Amino acid sequence: MSDERKGWIQIDDLAVTFHANGTEVRAVDGVSMNVQPGEFVSLIGPSGCGKSTLLNIVAGFVQASAGSAELDGKPIKGPGSDRGVVFQQYSLFPWLSVRKNVEFGLRMQGVPRSRRESAARTLLGLAGLLAFENHYPDQLSGGMKQRVGIVRALATSPQVLLMDEPFGALDSQTRVVMQEILTNMWQQFRISVLFITHDIEEAIFLSDRIYVMTARPGRIKAEIAVPLPRPRTPEMTASPAFVELVQQLKALIREESLAAMGSELKDGGLTGFGVKVGPHGVEEMV
Amino acid sequence: MTMRALLRQDHETPPHDPASSGHGATTAAHAEQADGVVMTGSPTTRSSAAPSAVLAVRSSGAMLWLRSNAFSMLLWAISIGSLLLFWYLGTKYRWEFYMRFTNVPTPGEVLGKVAEVSQSTRFLTHIGISVQRILIGFIIAASIGIPLGLLVGRYRAARDLVMPIIEVLRPIPAIAWVPMAIMLWPTNEVSIVFITFLGSFFPILLNTVHGVRSLDGVLIRAARCLGAGELRLFVNVMLPGVLPHIFTGLSVGMGVAWVSLIAAEMISGQFGVGYFTWEAYSLVSYPEIGLGMITIGLLGLGCSGAIQLIGSAIMPWLVHSNAGKR
Repeated sequence: MSDERKGWIQIDDLAVTFHANGTEVRAVDGVSMNVQPGEFVSLIGPSGCGKSTLLNIVAGFVQASAGSAELDGKPIKGPGSDRGVVFQQYSLFPWLSVRKNVEFGLRMQGVPRSRRESAARTLLGLAGLLAFENHYPDQLSGGMKQRVGIVRALATSPQVLLMDEPFGALDSQTRVVMQEILTNMWQQFRISVLFITHDIEEAIFLSDRIYVMTARPGRIKAEIAVPLPRPRTPEMTASPAFVELVQQLKALIREESLAAMGSELKDGGLTGFGVKVGPHGVEEMV
Repeated sequence: MTMRALLRQDHETPPHDPASSGHGATTAAHAEQADGVVMTGSPTTRSSAAPSAVLAVRSSGAMLWLRSNAFSMLLWAISIGSLLLFWYLGTKYRWEFYMRFTNVPTPGEVLGKVAEVSQSTRFLTHIGISVQRILIGFIIAASIGIPLGLLVGRYRAARDLVMPIIEVLRPIPAIAWVPMAIMLWPTNEVSIVFITFLGSFFPILLNTVHGVRSLDGVLIRAARCLGAGELRLFVNVMLPGVLPHIFTGLSVGMGVAWVSLIAAEMISGQFGVGYFTWEAYSLVSYPEIGLGMITIGLLGLGCSGAIQLIGSAIMPWLVHSNAGKR
């Protein structure tokens, strides 16, 4: 039972301030959120709202200026293999074969070669990449690279998987397939996932819960549960419940995107390309 | 649809299918490499009929290599041939048009010298000693320059401590070190090796530093969250990640090492190809000057070639990452 409770992220009243060129930039402010063990949670918000900063806090790359971030009740101090991270950029080691990339975390733990190899092969088999185990990353397509990135992060059996817009660089068709693959893998591994995206449909399709963030400094604007049943199928994206969620999230994000442009909009709005944008959105077509 | 079936769906094709070998003039070598990758693949990924198929790909790969490189080889021949022809014509007709070929040895005379020096081991000894000096100086430079470069690139304190010295000493050409080196070191031999070391040290160090600085930070972060500590980070991520830059440094360093060595040998040596060439001038034995120069050129070429071969042998992944950039 105690093992079942692993992978619980708890963030309380967290703030992060960066110092750049002598000025202070508050990236996130007063954020409280959580990911329950085995839960799939997405963070969504306008660009520059501090989504990635939050993920970097949980990953241990960034230190909080105030508040706390805990994993299974223990404060997060630095990166570790109990949290797998999948990055937006391709982060495979180009000098290692696909299989050696997947083995990397186990190698760092001192797992013997034969066990590493069989573990990596099993995972690559699940991702449909066994035939490419001896290829180098530069021989793979973007979607394949990202699948290797996911199984590499899973190889050390982490309690949580942190994903920072992992499909952002992929074309939309590949992206849809990758989302299906991810939900399937998640259902099999049953680990907690914190997923960052700016794609509303992606967030709904994948998540149990969605946090919507405000423009900088990032705060939690809304928390939305996704009542769609599991397993999720592509057909669900046409269901009324799905469409309604999309509309609801779009409205929330739109407000924030406009707020993010706030300073530009304050004095007389933003005019260009035949459109005038004011504090309440597009006001007139010029 | 079952999970497995879903996962096995491949909606993408890899940009490099190893079965489709070389296309275009420069990809033949890649085809060779790709074959190598397939060959080392586990038996489970290939059917039992594979070996003959792979052999067929191999031999057609060789044909392709010949076909796509025939033009290059022709150009190489023209390039070297025109240099030799210029030399031959200049010395045959004793050209004098500001440049004077009056005393320049003819290709025939130099060739005659080759036959002459191969009678004894004296010339070979000169070569052997030069190569030995290069190897010692170069290996010391690499074994200090690479680790130091990794540290300097990674840690600001190391950078602030080391770089001022480097920046002050670097502009001093190796040849300007000759008098100081003779004073510093107990024997001539050591001072020549020292000068060779100096010549290759700076390019190796600076390229390694640059490599660390330009290494993609996401690789470091990925390694850290896969559980790599600081030492593992150096050995398993930074070293291989910086290897392409290191080899650029080794390549440049080897060139500068030869320049420095020959200069040092001409001034303070009693052996070596540089000494041989300078001695030939003092003894008015002009064909030996030509022989010495050509020998230096060939030795330098051989050394850079060796570095390139070693580089591509230990960095097989580069074949693929460069393919898209052509």
